Amino acid sequence: MNNSLIIGQYVPGDSLIHRLDPRTKITIIFFFVFIVFFANNVPSYATLILFSVFAMILSKVPVRFILKGLTPVWFLIIFTFILHLFVTKEGQVVFEIGAMTFYSGGIIQGFAISIRFFLLILVTSLLTLTTTPIEITDGIEDMLEPLKKIKFPVHELALMMSISLRFIPTLMQETDKISKAQASRGVDFRTGPLKERVKAVVPLLVPLFISAFKRAEELAMAMEARGYQGGENRTKLRELKITKLDAISYFIFILVVAILFATRTYG
Amino acid sequence: MDITFKNVTYIYQKNSPFEHKALEDLSFHIPSGSFVAIIGHTGSGKSTLIQHLNGLTAPTEGEVQIGEFKLTNEEKPKNMKELRSRVGVVFQYPEHQLFEETVARDIAFGPENFGVAPEEIKKRTKEVLRQVRLSEELLDRSPFELSGGQKRRVAIAGVLALKPEVLVLDEPTAGLDPRGQREIMDMFYELHQQEGLTTVLVTHSMEDALKYADRILILNKGKKYMEGAPEEVFTQREALQSVQLDVPEIVQFLSAFEEKIGVKMPFHNQTIEELALEIRKIIKGVEET
Repeated sequence: MNNSLIIGQYVPGDSLIHRLDPRTKITIIFFFVFIVFFANNVPSYATLILFSVFAMILSKVPVRFILKGLTPVWFLIIFTFILHLFVTKEGQVVFEIGAMTFYSGGIIQGFAISIRFFLLILVTSLLTLTTTPIEITDGIEDMLEPLKKIKFPVHELALMMSISLRFIPTLMQETDKISKAQASRGVDFRTGPLKERVKAVVPLLVPLFISAFKRAEELAMAMEARGYQGGENRTKLRELKITKLDAISYFIFILVVAILFATRTYG
Repeated sequence: MDITFKNVTYIYQKNSPFEHKALEDLSFHIPSGSFVAIIGHTGSGKSTLIQHLNGLTAPTEGEVQIGEFKLTNEEKPKNMKELRSRVGVVFQYPEHQLFEETVARDIAFGPENFGVAPEEIKKRTKEVLRQVRLSEELLDRSPFELSGGQKRRVAIAGVLALKPEVLVLDEPTAGLDPRGQREIMDMFYELHQQEGLTTVLVTHSMEDALKYADRILILNKGKKYMEGAPEEVFTQREALQSVQLDVPEIVQFLSAFEEKIGVKMPFHNQTIEELALEIRKIIKGVEET
């Protein structure tokens, strides 16, 4: 199957990070995304990097695998770095090539932004690498619970999310299968002019849509046949539980935030 | 076209936690014009093997040779299209690949891609329609309003219209009623003999393998487990059962016969009629003494 789509794929395991409550992970990551933008000097960045690397090591997901999953975003990171190099005109002139002048500010800014970017992607992909899609939806459903008061269909939304997540691998398999069948009938998806390649998508999309609709219909029927009813009074197979581990994680995270705000430069 | 696998290993998602060896050190040879059945439990690597036969996947290690086309990890044939026009693959549930507005256009889709002239396509369409036993009235209908069995035949016709030299069949009768299964298998066999095709059949049915194939290849966990003529392979009951495979009914009958009656009758790929004659001979012999 497609190797480049590995980003965010769940890796089974039983590490400390795997065992955390999904709500804890989502909450911490939510705030992490904000505080990343408060770091502005070496110690504050070091704190964030230390925290992320610490989490990464605890997750026991092979480093090689995480890095490989990041390959699609390397380009973006390098691109932002180069952009800053050219655009930011602060600090001293470091060197000149022809008409181009590079400033120290540009290099530092470029570095800082790339690190932020890298940390954001690393931490968020740690979430999906260590949490099953079902756990994530369960967590989100629970956290959105208060919205039920304003008649927001939280349960239905969560169900839709988990069903779509559940069917992503199935759809990918199906795509793989049909594209192979059509390739055997002489369709060329990879080479040739753009117009031809766009046309080559039709024999792939039509069967894919047909089978997706058929599957949706079958699923709906099977759910109804088993008397599915969402919302009220529905019990859960997996109860989410906050443990000591979660408390420790929150504590560590608050500590990190405190250190960050203590070390960053103001003004 | 001759097909040769030389120490072929195929690994899915290499260097990731999901790494999975689908084929391991697989070597075999299929002479041109033969009918080979590939049998194995689910997950034994049959489907992966099939994808090597027309270059959809290339081996991670080892070498695949199909006619003059050579596939290795580093080297893919430049004329992949030609390879695919000469090796026709009927995948599992081929009706899932239908997409055109009419039956005629779906059948013509493959030949068009390979640059066959419109006149020739028309000729072929009529011919393959006759082969899969569908009436020409269906040509202007949408493939999606046909019955399941008819859809399957249209999809098969679309592959046959390529006029392949090698025909690869991945459980072509799965999900059909018994009569449809027989008709389709008989049709493939007839084609195999008339056109001198090289046929590779992946199947779960020991009966089909016994009836049509002249060589059997049994896979287990990506490795070659057994290979040989049907009468060699199917007489090794214990070996087959240890990989959760059954022997054909006729072989089961022969061993039950030996157990109950105490007369040993050798299995030499006889038909049921021939077997009946043999049994009659034995009974007569018993009566006379």
